[in-house]
Amino acid sequence: MDLNSGDLNSPLSTGTTIIGVTYNGGVVLGADSRTSTGMYVANRASDKITQLTDNVYLCRSGSAADTQTISDYVRYFLHQHTIQLGQPTTVKVAANLVRLLAYNNKNMLQAGLIVGGWDKYEGGKIYGVPLGGTIIEQPFAIGGSGSSYLYGFFDQAWKEGMTQEEAEQLVVKAVSLAIARDGASGGVVRTVTINSEGVARKFYPGDSLPLWHEELEPHESLLDILSTSNPEPMVS
Amino acid sequence: MSKAAIEGPPKGGFSFDLCRRNEMLLQKGLNAPSFLKTGTTIVGLVFQDGVILGADTRATEGPIVADKNCEKIHYIAPNIYCCGAGTAADTEAVTDMVSSQLTLHRHHTGRESRVVTALTLLKSHLFSYQGYVSAALVLGGVDFTGPHLHTIYPHGSTDTLPFATMGSGSLAAMAVFESKYREGLTRDEGVQLVAEAISSGIFNDLGSGSNVDICVLTKGHKEYLRNHLQPNPRTYISEKGYSFSKKTEVLLTKITPLRDSIHIIEGGDEMEE
Repeated sequence: MDLNSGDLNSPLSTGTTIIGVTYNGGVVLGADSRTSTGMYVANRASDKITQLTDNVYLCRSGSAADTQTISDYVRYFLHQHTIQLGQPTTVKVAANLVRLLAYNNKNMLQAGLIVGGWDKYEGGKIYGVPLGGTIIEQPFAIGGSGSSYLYGFFDQAWKEGMTQEEAEQLVVKAVSLAIARDGASGGVVRTVTINSEGVARKFYPGDSLPLWHEELEPHESLLDILSTSNPEPMVS
Repeated sequence: MSKAAIEGPPKGGFSFDLCRRNEMLLQKGLNAPSFLKTGTTIVGLVFQDGVILGADTRATEGPIVADKNCEKIHYIAPNIYCCGAGTAADTEAVTDMVSSQLTLHRHHTGRESRVVTALTLLKSHLFSYQGYVSAALVLGGVDFTGPHLHTIYPHGSTDTLPFATMGSGSLAAMAVFESKYREGLTRDEGVQLVAEAISSGIFNDLGSGSNVDICVLTKGHKEYLRNHLQPNPRTYISEKGYSFSKKTEVLLTKITPLRDSIHIIEGGDEMEE
């Protein structure tokens, strides 16, 4: 995430990869962990999936200061709302509170957000709140600079009615693909799974992620490549 | 013609009126006045009993060293200290402000201050000034919930980390931390590591220099090691001392102790209502 407000003419990169995916019974949210200031990684193990209530979480991309402030306000409003309502908030209410802040302050904020959670009325839901402050309910949502590399991947790999394991595997695979190609994403992969039973946080360190196409195993000598099973680095 | 409208009391907050004019002048080629920056190395790390903060002591004004031994570790509360990088005036002012807010808060609640309280006060102040208050801080302390270490950026975002560096020398110091930090360091190991990280900043970054200040915070106890290391002593000191030109002639020296001119009256009448 860019910590300094950039030049208005520069491309709107929100150095991050964030993902939210619904499955049969809940949602899985995923994110990388890199916070960058220009070319320096300020925090290589940040947590971009923030809790709003017991059952609703928020993925943050864009300016770290703006998204932290938005999530603090929304957490406060939702806390009051839960007390007044007398039962857990719905994901739709949480997403709309986020949307109201993002839309009404659109000139001053740089925040791309994904709200995901589970409630007893609608089940698992994902709402995207991108830069201008629109709100869009989606079966899956991707955001951040790393998401550019994932549109084609999701078109092919996404399917309705996945199981929890399939959804988690999809999210981890997608974030690690984006990390491989996007310089502004990196570090570890964090996922949060929310369903009727509660919330489960998982953590995948960098070395547990699969190596992709062209990230070869290190070799002592180039001659070793000839003796491996796949001597050609690029195979169609 | 006088202004007929009644002007109310000035509304609070920062006035951004001159910002556009400043931008326009910069575009026309004006050299902006430089300000005293603490081009700095500041670090913090969590060890087994608490938190250790470290800082260098050089304050620069452009290319000149304005202060060779300034204090960059600021007091926030008896159990919370804060290192500041960026504009010296901003870090001083913002830490003093939060320190006095916390003192009032302690009187109000009757409890020891928590690090997250200082964090929230600092981050909301910096966010509302949208990065114009140029203060990058490493906030550390020990309260009843345990040891805490946070970094705060000028725009108001915060990170919570086991070890952190900020300032122009942060890359040099972070290199030392990344290679040598581990969980559960003892006090002496921690102090040694912090001194090494700051020294790395002092010797490899032009904006940092002079001495190493360290502050060790543990449950119920703090140790402020001012000038813990002095790796840059003044090498040549002239025996002649300073000579002033003969045009300066001392005419008269008179010292008037003010205490003698106060007469204290015992007894007397009480003030009537």
